[in-house]
Amino acid sequence: MLLPEEGKAQSTTSADSMKTEVFSLSTAKAKSLSIEEMKAIAKRLRRYIISMTGKAGSGHPGGSLSAVEIVTALYFRILRHKPAEPQWADRDRFILSKGHAAPLLYAALAECGYFPIDELLTLRQLDSCLQGHTDCTVTPGVEMSAGALGQGLSFAIGVTLAGRLNSQKYRVYVLLGDGECDEGQVWEAAMAAAHFKVDNLVAIVDNNGQQIDGWNRDVMNLDPFNKKWQAFGWQVIEVDGHDLTQLIDAFEQAKQVKGKPTVIIAHTIKGKGVSFMENNPDFHGKAPNAEQVEIALKELE
Amino acid sequence: MPKEASTREAYGKTLVELGRENPDIVVLDADLSRSTMTHFFASEFPNRFFDCGIAEQNMVSIAAGLAASGKIPFASTFAVFLPGRCFDQVRMSIAQPGFNVKLVATHGGISIGEDGTSHQAVEDLALIGSLPGFTVIVPADAIETVQAVKVAAANYGPFYIRLCRPKIPLVYNESYRFNLGKAVSMRQGKDATIIAIGLMVAAALEAADNLKQEGIDCSVLNMSTLKPIDKAAIIKAATDTGAIVTAEEHLAHGGLGSEVAQVVARHHSVPMEFVAIKDTYAKSGKPAELLQRYGLTAKDIEQAVRSVVKKKVS
Ligand SMILES: Cc1ncc(C[n+]2csc(CCOP(=O)(O)OP(=O)(O)O)c2C)c(N)n1
Repeated sequence: MLLPEEGKAQSTTSADSMKTEVFSLSTAKAKSLSIEEMKAIAKRLRRYIISMTGKAGSGHPGGSLSAVEIVTALYFRILRHKPAEPQWADRDRFILSKGHAAPLLYAALAECGYFPIDELLTLRQLDSCLQGHTDCTVTPGVEMSAGALGQGLSFAIGVTLAGRLNSQKYRVYVLLGDGECDEGQVWEAAMAAAHFKVDNLVAIVDNNGQQIDGWNRDVMNLDPFNKKWQAFGWQVIEVDGHDLTQLIDAFEQAKQVKGKPTVIIAHTIKGKGVSFMENNPDFHGKAPNAEQVEIALKELE
Repeated sequence: MPKEASTREAYGKTLVELGRENPDIVVLDADLSRSTMTHFFASEFPNRFFDCGIAEQNMVSIAAGLAASGKIPFASTFAVFLPGRCFDQVRMSIAQPGFNVKLVATHGGISIGEDGTSHQAVEDLALIGSLPGFTVIVPADAIETVQAVKVAAANYGPFYIRLCRPKIPLVYNESYRFNLGKAVSMRQGKDATIIAIGLMVAAALEAADNLKQEGIDCSVLNMSTLKPIDKAAIIKAATDTGAIVTAEEHLAHGGLGSEVAQVVARHHSVPMEFVAIKDTYAKSGKPAELLQRYGLTAKDIEQAVRSVVKKKVS
């Protein structure tokens, strides 16, 4: 088990050494990890997600697991950030709009060294700095208090506009759920981002096809999804959201887009990586029990 | 331990009953039908169920349109989003024209637990209670929930019913009959009156029992119809016992305490204490831990009663 009950994580040695390697440089030119190394990190994040929700006895594993590669590509290749200085003014911003995927963000932040990995096991407990949904007042590295869906893209536009006013060069990345795109506010923001020509804003949609009451197409059909974003004035890139190379390429491509925002529609599988969670709506907002944790961790060895 | 039951399950099953009796009953949800328990209705009456996806504002105005055209819509999601996420839609699409829409919000208060601040509705009663024409009900248990939902269906006009996530103790038996707009006397005493709503009614009864041991004799009123509030019952409580404590799973601002205080200040001024959340955002934790942390237990009510009794001019 990656996160033993005593809280002494066996993997921290390798994670720790990796941390110094990657982030001791001025971050702007952090040494690139190989895709293989990043895959190993992605697997580790999955293990953290399982262990922490399992320990908490509640939480949202499904939509955390689906976005693991997206977040791995960002935190371990794309973002310029300083884990030891979360408020660094010129950091690239990652805004988690689908705040219920907090376990994934916490796992990535811990893996980067924003706070100790042991902290993960306090998820959702009274007085933990790891709240059930992201809370920017208590967690280092969390940019926005979320959990009420639909607000992150608007917030990200504000962050982008401030950077423009301050002549700062940071880029802003915001992760949305596809179900979240039911919210009218997402489309108000989509219109505004194109209108304000915020070309250093990248939205990523974790397009796992599911929300709580079922498949998107049955609950509230989003199609034609790609064309909707195009019609709203966005550059659209579609990728396999579990393919790190495709994701990294898409993020690099987005940097070349001028005069409009970019959306990366990442095709993913809810619950990815754990056989009994994949495409299983039961694990949207339910934690694995002890036995399921064990099976899942075995699958993620 | 008293028997416990789920208010939202009671709601979901009652909807099905109502649906069988009246073809004009329609139900809307916003991607939470398994949590609000409207899924029971959805599976029996798929044609009269509209899942609006994660779009609460849209859902509320759709409900208004259905009501304007003769249907009796019940619209449900978590209390933090209803009315929080769609307040203006509730105000102008439903409240102002006085349409026959029933908003049933589940997961009220901090007893939702681990999901944390974003999911804890602690302002909903202030928001909805501020709207002219709304009837607001906070049932004390599953039995009262069934009755309140039926009464809402049978009475024309906008209703808001607030339910909670956990199972809560039953304070009534099946013979109970909910009487809209009337406070329910649960205990008779002479030293102070505890006026409570929702899951705080069970806590108030526990507090009254404990205080009795100390020789403090309390009345307990269930103010399940928060709006229009039962003024006569409040005035009588103030007159008979000379001290009032309110108890609610809500911020101290704009909920039960504020409403009762207005009546007391105007008609029969007596010392009051307020058991409620004190101007802060709650965090993640187990429901019982949170109720304790934010001062919503029987012990907190007992403390409030002791202090209010001391303030009485004898
Ligand atoms: C405004 C709002 N309405 C409802 C919810 C309850 N809720 C939490 S997650 C969720 C489904 C989200 O679906 P999606 O965005 O596709 O996320 P994913 O499937 O990737 O987890 C819902 C309805 C919420 N958090 N916020």
